[in-house]
Amino acid sequence: MDDIREAVLEYVIDEYIDEDDDMEVDADTALISSGIVDSFSMVSLKAFLENRYDIRIPDEDATPEAFDTVNSIVRIVEKHSN
Amino acid sequence: MAYSTATRQAFADDIATIKEKGLFKEKRFICSPQAAEIEVEYPEGAACKKVLNFCANNYLGLSSHPEVAKAAHAGLDSRGFGMSSVRFICGTQDIHRELQDSVSTFLGMEDTLLFPSCMDANAGVFEAIMGKGDVIIADRLIHASLIDGIRLCSAEYDTFKHMDMKHLRKKLELHQDKRRRLIVTDGVFSMDGDLCPLDKMCDLADKFDTMVLVDDSHASGFIGKTGRGVHEHFGVMDRIDLITTTFGKALGGASGGCVSGRSELVELCRQKARPYLFSNSLSPVIVSATIKVIDFLSSTTELRDKLEANTKRFREGMTAAGLNIRPGVTPIVPVMLYNAKLANDMARDMYAEGIYVIGFFFPVVPEGQARIRVQLSAAHENEHIDKCVAAFKKVGEKYGILGLDKKGIIEKYGT
Ligand SMILES: Cc1ncc(COP(=O)(O)O)c(C=O)c1O
Repeated sequence: MDDIREAVLEYVIDEYIDEDDDMEVDADTALISSGIVDSFSMVSLKAFLENRYDIRIPDEDATPEAFDTVNSIVRIVEKHSN
Repeated sequence: MAYSTATRQAFADDIATIKEKGLFKEKRFICSPQAAEIEVEYPEGAACKKVLNFCANNYLGLSSHPEVAKAAHAGLDSRGFGMSSVRFICGTQDIHRELQDSVSTFLGMEDTLLFPSCMDANAGVFEAIMGKGDVIIADRLIHASLIDGIRLCSAEYDTFKHMDMKHLRKKLELHQDKRRRLIVTDGVFSMDGDLCPLDKMCDLADKFDTMVLVDDSHASGFIGKTGRGVHEHFGVMDRIDLITTTFGKALGGASGGCVSGRSELVELCRQKARPYLFSNSLSPVIVSATIKVIDFLSSTTELRDKLEANTKRFREGMTAAGLNIRPGVTPIVPVMLYNAKLANDMARDMYAEGIYVIGFFFPVVPEGQARIRVQLSAAHENEHIDKCVAAFKKVGEKYGILGLDKKGIIEKYGT
């Protein structure tokens, strides 16, 4: 689980934070409700999770609320990787 | 009764929530033609007040230009008011064809198709040309109408960091397995006024066998030496596959939009784009006036040159006055304030000074990036610009932000 958290956090920072931005992001940082990730850009995160963990996240689970923090994203990955 | 008291109350609660969040849009009425000087009724019911307009997309000052109005009258007299038909049934006149041809020539494209608006062009273009097995790769800050259009289409989509060509390259590598790829960007981004580096983007597109679509709504008519748009500015006029743009801003400002580009792609839009097939044809009045606008802009660069000079005067004046503007070359000039309340308060004080500008904040711009967006026009005279700068200086002084950079303003007001 820690592995997943680390990998997701690394992806989120790489994918959504500008290099010259001094923003601190951890596993509890609100991503979507804070505006760091908008719902349009969320699509690449979903694709990353599905490819990396070989899972399918149905649309009803891929809600902005469920994707709001790295910790909640880890829970979705775990739920779908049975 | 289907619209029961409970139903009414539920909708009223939704509206109350919008108000509580500070996102409610007030009504404002303009009691004059669109121009540099307008009369505004605000708040609703107040007496009309004369103000200088610095928030219109009337970049070239053509919205109420006498020659444009004359061409509109001529169109009304010769071809009537409305078509009462979609394009492909009996809604296409010879002048619709003429406008399409003249837009193609002006933008340097193979073919053009008119839509009721650029919002409609963007809603229809993706579904018409992209499908299963394809991918659309879009800048994260593209206009809402492009996002809607992309979501209506069955192709996969992905995004890249705003104007970050390194990130775009990574995404192009990632999607090499797809049948077809299409990069989507705004030419000029309407909130920041920055120019997408189309030269670098086209190099990547060539390398990774990818098409490029640019929404040039905030550029057509004035960006580039002869006003053709951002593709002219970066010397890539023959390397862009599709342009969508509007007639509702610089090009007369009434309404209408188009898809312009490779002939096969435009033909597919003619066959398949739903807003083209299922919405009414542009009025002959608008078509006739827009032909005149394109003719005029093809014959002289006078207006875009004046707009460029106005932009320079304003940007230099604001910087000298100590206001923190986003650097750039376009007539969209964001005065960065970071704090939503500060942006709103300053815009209200500017109105009291006779300058009509608007504050923008989340969710229209990213959190912590609140600003007043100023838009210059060729209709502005030097004294208008100087009056606007002087008002910003006065209001900026009142709030103690003159000479402060981002850090200084945030220390004082927070985000
Ligand atoms: C970038 C961009 N594209 C499209 C549109 C929509 O244009 P229209 O008013 O023709 O629907 C706008 C207008 O706000 C815009 O800024």
